[in-house]
Amino acid sequence: MAQIFHHSTNLISRLSIYGGVFIIAALGAALYGIELSPWYTDQHVAQQQPVPFSHKHHSGELGIDCRYCHTSVEKSSFAGLPPTQTCMTCHSRIWTNASMLEPVRASYRDDKSLAWTRVNALPDFVYFDHSIHVSKGVGCTTCHGPIAEMPLTWRAGTLYMQWCLECHREPEKYVRPKSEVFNPYYEPPKNQLELGRRLVKEYKIQSLQNCSTCHR
Amino acid sequence: MDPEGSPNIAGAGEAPVLEPGHTLATVTDKISSIVLGRGTTKGWMLGFAIALALLMMFNVAVTYLLIKGVGIWGIKIPIGWGLAIVNFVWWIGIGHAGTLISAILLLLHQKWRTSINRFAEAMTLFAVACAGMFPLLHMGRPWLFFWLMPYPNPMWMWPQFRSPLVWDVFAVSTYATVSLLFWFVGLIPDLATLRDRARKRAAKIIYGILAMGWRGSAVHWTRYEIASILLAGLATPLVVSVHTVVSFDFTIAIVPGWHSTIFPPYFVAGAIYSGFAMVMTLAIPIRKYYHLEDMITMRHLDNMAKVMLATGLVVAYGYMMETFMAFYSGNIFDRSMIMNRMTGPYAIVYWTLIACNIAIPQSLWSRRVRSNIPALFILSLVVNVGMWLERFVIVVVSLARDFTPSIWNMYYPTKWDWMTYIGTFGLFFTLFYLFIRYLPMISIVEMRSLVRETDKKPE
Amino acid sequence: MSDDSNSNHPTNETIDLAAVRAKLAKDGGKRFWQSLDELAETPGYRYKLENEFPENTEKEAAGIDRRGILKLMAASAAMAGLSACTKLPTEKIVPYVRAPEEIIPGKPLFYATSMTQSGLATGLLVESHMGRPTKIEGNPDHPGSLGGTDVFNQASILTLYDPDRSQTVIHEGRIETWAGFLTAIGDMRSHIAPKGAGLRILTETVTSPSLAAQIRAVLKQFPDAKWHQYEPCVRDAAHDGAMMAFGKPVSTVYHLDKADVIVSLDADFLTTGPGHTRYARDFSSRRAIEGPGSKLNRLYVVECTPTSTGSMADHRRAMRASEVEAFTRQLATEFGIASAGAPENSTSSVPPAWLMALVRDLEKHRGSCVVIPGEGQPAIVHALAHAMNASLGNAGKTVTYTEPIEANPVNQMNSLGELVKDMNAGAVEVLVILGGNPVYDAPADFEFGPTLLKANLRVHSGLYYDETAELCHWHVPEAHFLEAWSDARAYDGTVGIVQPLIAPLYQGRSAHELIAALAGEAGKSGHDIVRNYWKAQRPEKDFDAFWQKSLHDGAMAGTALPAIPVSPRTDIGREPSSPALDKDALEIVYRPDPTIGDGRYSNNGWLQETPKTITRLTWDNAALVSINTAQRLKLHHGQYMKLKVAGREVYAGVFADPGHPDNSITLHLGYGRRRAGNVGNGQGFNAYFLRTSSAPWMARGLQLEDSGKKYYFAVQQYHYMMEEDGHPADTESVNAFRRDLIQVATVEEFQKDPNFARHLETESGKKLSLYPGFKSEGYAWGMSIDLNRCIGCNACVVACVSENNIAVVGKDQVMRGRAMQWIRIDTYFRGNLETPEMYFEPLPCMQCENAPCEVVCPVGATTHSIEGLNEMTYNRCVGTRYCSNNCPYKVRRFNFLLYSDFKTPSLYGMRNPNVTVRSRGVMEKCTYCVQRINTAKIRSEEEDRQIRDGEIVTACQSACPAEAIVFGNINDPKSRVSKLKAQSRDYSLLDDLNTKPRTTYLARVRNPNPEIRE
Repeated sequence: MAQIFHHSTNLISRLSIYGGVFIIAALGAALYGIELSPWYTDQHVAQQQPVPFSHKHHSGELGIDCRYCHTSVEKSSFAGLPPTQTCMTCHSRIWTNASMLEPVRASYRDDKSLAWTRVNALPDFVYFDHSIHVSKGVGCTTCHGPIAEMPLTWRAGTLYMQWCLECHREPEKYVRPKSEVFNPYYEPPKNQLELGRRLVKEYKIQSLQNCSTCHR
Repeated sequence: MDPEGSPNIAGAGEAPVLEPGHTLATVTDKISSIVLGRGTTKGWMLGFAIALALLMMFNVAVTYLLIKGVGIWGIKIPIGWGLAIVNFVWWIGIGHAGTLISAILLLLHQKWRTSINRFAEAMTLFAVACAGMFPLLHMGRPWLFFWLMPYPNPMWMWPQFRSPLVWDVFAVSTYATVSLLFWFVGLIPDLATLRDRARKRAAKIIYGILAMGWRGSAVHWTRYEIASILLAGLATPLVVSVHTVVSFDFTIAIVPGWHSTIFPPYFVAGAIYSGFAMVMTLAIPIRKYYHLEDMITMRHLDNMAKVMLATGLVVAYGYMMETFMAFYSGNIFDRSMIMNRMTGPYAIVYWTLIACNIAIPQSLWSRRVRSNIPALFILSLVVNVGMWLERFVIVVVSLARDFTPSIWNMYYPTKWDWMTYIGTFGLFFTLFYLFIRYLPMISIVEMRSLVRETDKKPE
Repeated sequence: MSDDSNSNHPTNETIDLAAVRAKLAKDGGKRFWQSLDELAETPGYRYKLENEFPENTEKEAAGIDRRGILKLMAASAAMAGLSACTKLPTEKIVPYVRAPEEIIPGKPLFYATSMTQSGLATGLLVESHMGRPTKIEGNPDHPGSLGGTDVFNQASILTLYDPDRSQTVIHEGRIETWAGFLTAIGDMRSHIAPKGAGLRILTETVTSPSLAAQIRAVLKQFPDAKWHQYEPCVRDAAHDGAMMAFGKPVSTVYHLDKADVIVSLDADFLTTGPGHTRYARDFSSRRAIEGPGSKLNRLYVVECTPTSTGSMADHRRAMRASEVEAFTRQLATEFGIASAGAPENSTSSVPPAWLMALVRDLEKHRGSCVVIPGEGQPAIVHALAHAMNASLGNAGKTVTYTEPIEANPVNQMNSLGELVKDMNAGAVEVLVILGGNPVYDAPADFEFGPTLLKANLRVHSGLYYDETAELCHWHVPEAHFLEAWSDARAYDGTVGIVQPLIAPLYQGRSAHELIAALAGEAGKSGHDIVRNYWKAQRPEKDFDAFWQKSLHDGAMAGTALPAIPVSPRTDIGREPSSPALDKDALEIVYRPDPTIGDGRYSNNGWLQETPKTITRLTWDNAALVSINTAQRLKLHHGQYMKLKVAGREVYAGVFADPGHPDNSITLHLGYGRRRAGNVGNGQGFNAYFLRTSSAPWMARGLQLEDSGKKYYFAVQQYHYMMEEDGHPADTESVNAFRRDLIQVATVEEFQKDPNFARHLETESGKKLSLYPGFKSEGYAWGMSIDLNRCIGCNACVVACVSENNIAVVGKDQVMRGRAMQWIRIDTYFRGNLETPEMYFEPLPCMQCENAPCEVVCPVGATTHSIEGLNEMTYNRCVGTRYCSNNCPYKVRRFNFLLYSDFKTPSLYGMRNPNVTVRSRGVMEKCTYCVQRINTAKIRSEEEDRQIRDGEIVTACQSACPAEAIVFGNINDPKSRVSKLKAQSRDYSLLDDLNTKPRTTYLARVRNPNPEIRE
């Protein structure tokens, strides 16, 4: 009787049998890749803002201290976002009619808050506290990246749990002297590790990895 | 296994495993004609329709469950596990007979297994499929089931390997995989036969693909033999391991009525017990409907009955030890647990289970019962019910009254509980009907070899 | 409790059309009504309501409905937040335009204020996040609180955010404006000017000096106007008792910290009445034990309905409320109050031996004992109590008298009676009702609803558009106490300032503003009124400083009323004692509900779901009967009965209540609301239907009729469930004691064997384990709960709900055993059915060191912290419920459905921003308030120091009026908790399971009178 299958099907069937495993593995890898990709994490993606505020200009070129605007960063879990008032302290005098700043002036005029797009957003079940990190020698740029080079601000880390754990497991790799915390240009020294080890002792830094440290 | 349970090779006075008068040709014709010949019969259609209806009900129940959450079930604090887990354990147990028959009996060269192992094994697969549903569905957030598996992730989190539920994931998935392979490998030569005998082109192609280019060459046959022996070897430990691990779900916990070392053996025994009961439940009607009395002979039924009797006694021993230890240990919690089972609000369930699993099956001692088909059929049903009740007593009754009296409570299954349970029958039988319709429910190949052997006198 | 458990609620009683017509006639057709049922107010109507209202999640469980779909949407949204593998939505972040100085985003602020209950102030500290009050704490500087709170204080925060509160001024069912109302008031003023004839003001008890001054001013303006006061749980007995004894109204202040022997005459002074929070503190301070040497106070209680106070008694006698008078007279005669009426014409069931022993005990403690009469007892009992305290030399020591704290002490029942009389006489032109809900809770014989319609202009101000509001022309939403300025006196007269934490959420107005409008001073702000009043009162030259300090402290220094010398008449009790009730006749007793009071809190889900002390009943009131009576009358638990008194009737479910005296039935007030709101409507039955002005607390001549139906209660503990044959069997308590869950000894036993609580431990040998023990460096958190102090008041339960954003699940889910409270108060009984000893055991998570829940979690969602916390990580939980099964204490709670309300915007503001709001399908449990621990740790780390002992206070601990709960670092031997755990009374539950709980208990030590052998 006539063959119903062309003999090439033998090859196909063999491939499908042996290849199956690899195909599945490849799919998994691809998924994982996507989960880590900027497209998914917004890492390095500059966000559009109502006013194109430039950290590069203010923090970098003008050298305004972080705490001038983010006032509660040393006192509270929340670093604090400057009220329009703060912008106006300068901008009532300089660039007073720059069209770019109209939203700011409008906000001050009609007492309407500016609605910024959040760049570093954590899920609601994560409780992060700025003040303790700052007071233990974790610099702004450690998490927020080269803020002084950001014309528009972007998310420097994936904000995934592993990203937090990297530091929580080995703080010595990241801590810096308290004096340098707010320095946007700080470069970790060659001997970061030994410096780190020293600071960890000095600042009594614990490597907190209990769930309840961040989740409640 | 203990002697009176062990199905021994055909001896004088025993019914043959294959009625005389069969030739290689007749066997092949008879079995393959069920698939290719008759086509779809009315009886099959009716049965399939009912099964499919139940399956639809299952879908409704599950959909609503996913919309609302497990709160639609009767579970509560303290009874955190209800019918879902009862059904899971029950279905998994059912599965075991299949593997036992196909693997262990194969290694033991038990010829009589031949005609029942194919659909016993199919039963295993479908039972495992049903069982697998429940651990998934009973989760509060089933869409996160994959967190129970170890895989690289940006949370740097692993499953918690000390938890028996994680062991379950491995045990059950391995079991499912191996059973599937074993079953499929066994099917290949028969699929080839069907491919060759099929008239419709579609059938030729489908069976052809499934037969994976089997040409029956000597090489194929040797490979086939090796493969089945290897897989049998792989499957054999699983018969014991799977239900042992399942029993760990309970024994690892400290709940009185769960925390006991006797669980693994008597869970396995119970599994085989209920499994054989289910094979019986299925075999008897099929045998009648497709006139297979000559292939599934009284000998088979008799042997299966004996296995049931034996495993049933093991289970009975389990119950006895449980009770004895409770009092012997003098542990107040165990004591009140047993008292609660025997005299508490659920006493009726407990005593029904004793009746179903211990008292009634004793009738299997008598040959007259073992050779009375209706009696066997009813008995098999009774045992199935009994084994389900056993799991109910273990899961629910233990939880209803454990350590802290203030929170004691009662469990009342809701209609959604029942719909989900009965629904799985829909799934089971839908698959099973498709199986007997489109695949050879008895292994042609092995029957043919059986023919050869029954031709010459057994030495 | 099957799928549709509430299905067989009665719905088809025959409606008495005649009655309906009568009602309509009375109403003059003015009233807006929906159906005959509603007018006839048949219980069936209430069930329809009950099933119509959403908090009853039964519908979810039974089938998909519109709300179901909504919930589904909410759920999916919420789960998107919780599950790790969804892309987070872009958030907006909105800063201030001009930042207020005091607020640091992310840091809470605390303000002092006062909450009044029937006029009496309890000082509170309120936590505020970004201007949103979120949590109530007690105010340590306020004499009425000393840092303690009760359930009502704790739950008041939910009432503030209650979406059902009335939100706008309403005129004849239509929305109006405040301005519109002012115009109307203006016209009214000119209409009744000059003398104000026919103007009536109806308030609740007023202790606020400033408000009283305002009202008096109005009365001065309009000489013919009258001021009436009424609230359902009146203190008339106390008022009349004082009049009877001293000839003038006085306030009685007890000093329980000085009392060695306390006799309660049906008084639940620990959880109800003036100063109960303070009294709980003082009382429990005398239950503190350092060692076998410690001297405890002794409490005798004769009471009817079992209460917290009764459960703390060393000797409790259950007697019908009507017998207490006889008992009091017997007791009084023993103290030479000869005129106390001959007991033989009415004898109590108390055996002479018992009585004499009590008498001797009191004699022994002259000047250091106290007799406390109950609100529910007639004036004579109060008078005799005064007399006894006088003759025992307690006056001035354990009990002092002050000028009345009420601004205008009256017999409120009479006061309301006069108003009703005038209304019927058509003499009432304008009636202004400030707070209160008389249409619902006035005595039935006043028929207040229909009568009210005879007043020509009716103005109502209240938190809700309630039964009274709907019959008034004008309704003005009342400002919640967290939204308004006012002042109020505490039980000892100390003035506390009520200061708002938030501007009114809706168009709420305080009583001050309304009265101002009435006085023609519309527009005066509450703040100015109160402040100016005190400016005028206080001599201080630097008033601002004084004012600031008062605001800060929450209590005005030196405003406590001075004790005044008063001596009781010698001829008290000449009045013939009320005739004894014959033995088998049924007596009916009314009491304010333990969790929703007189009904004003009935729309508060937290309180509705809080199990009532001892009965553990939620969402309902019931006809409480003793087990003997139930058997005698062949009543089954949950049998649905018709109760008839003097022609009036209600339907109620029978509830077997151990410790309840025979032949007496207790009904709790406050249920059966028609216009409470979505939560309170249609729950339970309305006992006010039976209550009359002549018999406000107990009545005779009760008849029972079976309705042939069954009523389903949502109880959280099933002890003493009557089985079908009516035979009681409390297997729970029996087992609890068999398992040493409650350790108890008498003082003698304790002195003989200080280690009585530890025997189990010593038997089971030192805690053996195959594995190395859990060693925690640094902090090790632990808790100690003193069973000798716990009065079972539930304050901790509600505090926990409030602190941890715990969801309300509704009656149906409670019936399904799914209540969510993280801490529960287990209640067990010991001894006979008639007067069993009652024991409370607050049960939070034990935070085991060998936690059984941790090993079985497949995903590591519950883990152990280095500080010994048994952490629960919601966002990791997949909901296998294995941990709960394996928890021997069953303290874990599971979100079987979507319980948290993600829809109602007003509730967002209420939630604690530091605790995740749990969604469907995750486990949750007590965390030792880990958010508070972390906050304290961060603070201490930043200040580079160790956490101080007592710096971290868990919500339950801070709420506890009895200081029964102590939390702290057990690695620090000097911490309070370590010291307590070092006591010989310290024991842990189910010790032989070797779970090594961090929460341990201090055994109960009873102090019975050796002369009394029961």
